[in-house]
Amino acid sequence: MSTTQIAGREVHVDDEGFMTDPAEWTEDLAPTLAKQVGIDELTPDHWLVIRYLRTDFAAEGETATLRRISSNAGVTTKRLFELFPQKPGKKMAYVSGLPKPKGCI
Amino acid sequence: MKKLVVLGAGLAGTMAVNRLRPHLDPAEWDITIVDQDETHIYQPGLLFIPFGMYHSADVIRARRDFIPSGVRFVLAPIEQVDTARQRVVLSTGVELEYDYLIIATGTSPRPEQTAGLLGDAWRDSIHDFYTLEGAMALAHRMESFEGGRVVVDVMELPFKCPVAPLEFVFLMDWWLQERGLRDRSEIVYTTPLSGAFTKPVSSRRLGHLLDDKKIGLETDFYTERVDADRGVVVSYDEREVPYDLLVTIPVNMGADFVARSGLGDELNHIPVDKATFAMEEHPNVFAVGDAAEIGTSKAGSVAHFASEVFTANFLRGIRGLAPLETFDGHANCFIESGFGKAMLIDFNYTTEPLPGKFPLPGIGPFTLLEESEMNHWGKLMFRWTYWNVLLRGKDLPLPSRMLLAGKESA
Repeated sequence: MSTTQIAGREVHVDDEGFMTDPAEWTEDLAPTLAKQVGIDELTPDHWLVIRYLRTDFAAEGETATLRRISSNAGVTTKRLFELFPQKPGKKMAYVSGLPKPKGCI
Repeated sequence: MKKLVVLGAGLAGTMAVNRLRPHLDPAEWDITIVDQDETHIYQPGLLFIPFGMYHSADVIRARRDFIPSGVRFVLAPIEQVDTARQRVVLSTGVELEYDYLIIATGTSPRPEQTAGLLGDAWRDSIHDFYTLEGAMALAHRMESFEGGRVVVDVMELPFKCPVAPLEFVFLMDWWLQERGLRDRSEIVYTTPLSGAFTKPVSSRRLGHLLDDKKIGLETDFYTERVDADRGVVVSYDEREVPYDLLVTIPVNMGADFVARSGLGDELNHIPVDKATFAMEEHPNVFAVGDAAEIGTSKAGSVAHFASEVFTANFLRGIRGLAPLETFDGHANCFIESGFGKAMLIDFNYTTEPLPGKFPLPGIGPFTLLEESEMNHWGKLMFRWTYWNVLLRGKDLPLPSRMLLAGKESA
């Protein structure tokens, strides 16, 4: 595991650049993380998703799936693909400082 | 008289009554188990049916044959659980009172959740293999298959037996070669995840398998709909994957009565404590097996290892004692890879699948994270173990907690 500088702060990241300690994440890191995955501006809808992911992770210990977000946060799957183009699952997790969705192997 | 009601007589529910009955005094405890049908299906065997390796008789038994004496078996669909009145309402109108309720009604494929699946092409050019009817229909279709583009599409996470779709593509590669159809066929695996293998060690060790077998991979593919008229699967980001034969792993959801009773999450799976398997808001309502949401794979081996922890802690709980241990998420799965070989993986919440040897007293060792013929025989032998050991609530010669013995660091 290595560390890197994000928005002037030293944080732990894995090989793909995902933050590995959710406790190191604060909201002020999100805009920089977003730029790294090609999202120039975080709109209120982005923030709704990011805050839902953070709250849900704190309760469940897992990064919410797209279906869970659309059911519980009221943002449709189609809209999630607009907000976080191509790879919403991965990009949302990246911007929110959470682990990316994983399978069992 | 205390009343224990178990909903679902699949693997998890049947194991629970077999493990609990001997420890609960018949003079004090009345135990009832409910299921909507009579037939127990050996679900790991469904994978082999499309390839003609197993037939329906190989995977079905009567549920009643595995229910121990002293447990009442009730045959009826479940309407709702009324937690305020501590009653289960059956579709027949009968109500079952409970002091303790164990929900073990599993999770099942829901093709109706994806637009375009349940049309005229369903079970013609579009199939599933996680149900007996689906596996048999696919077997029938494959008898006349003359080659073409086979797409195996995982539609949503989580789904049960997470390695089965990979086993399916490996077996399909073998089956097409055996029939001389491989040259005029393509196999494509689509997954909403970022790879077929997402854990670092598996990815490094097994990532080559799909390339070696010339199986195409479409990652980050989140299916929006199937257009059966054009023969394409369409993702939310508007990629299209054409098929001649589509094998789906539809969205998996828990039983509908879970939703009607307000007990589940967005997929009707029930979040429970990893030590007691009880719901936070209803401490006398438990969920085990695939019905439960405990952040691990939905698989028979997980249900088995978890059942040891669950029953021990349940028996402590009813005596007012605190739970002893927490389930570590242990799973152990053979992965059929075709040509009479299989791999074995063994992992838990914190330790990803590692290579090395898996010791098994009297039989093993098996090779971890690598193909071997021994693993294939282990997989076939497992059916006997399932009917005679697991379902009867007996212990395997393995501890429920994962061991690091024999494993290598990477």
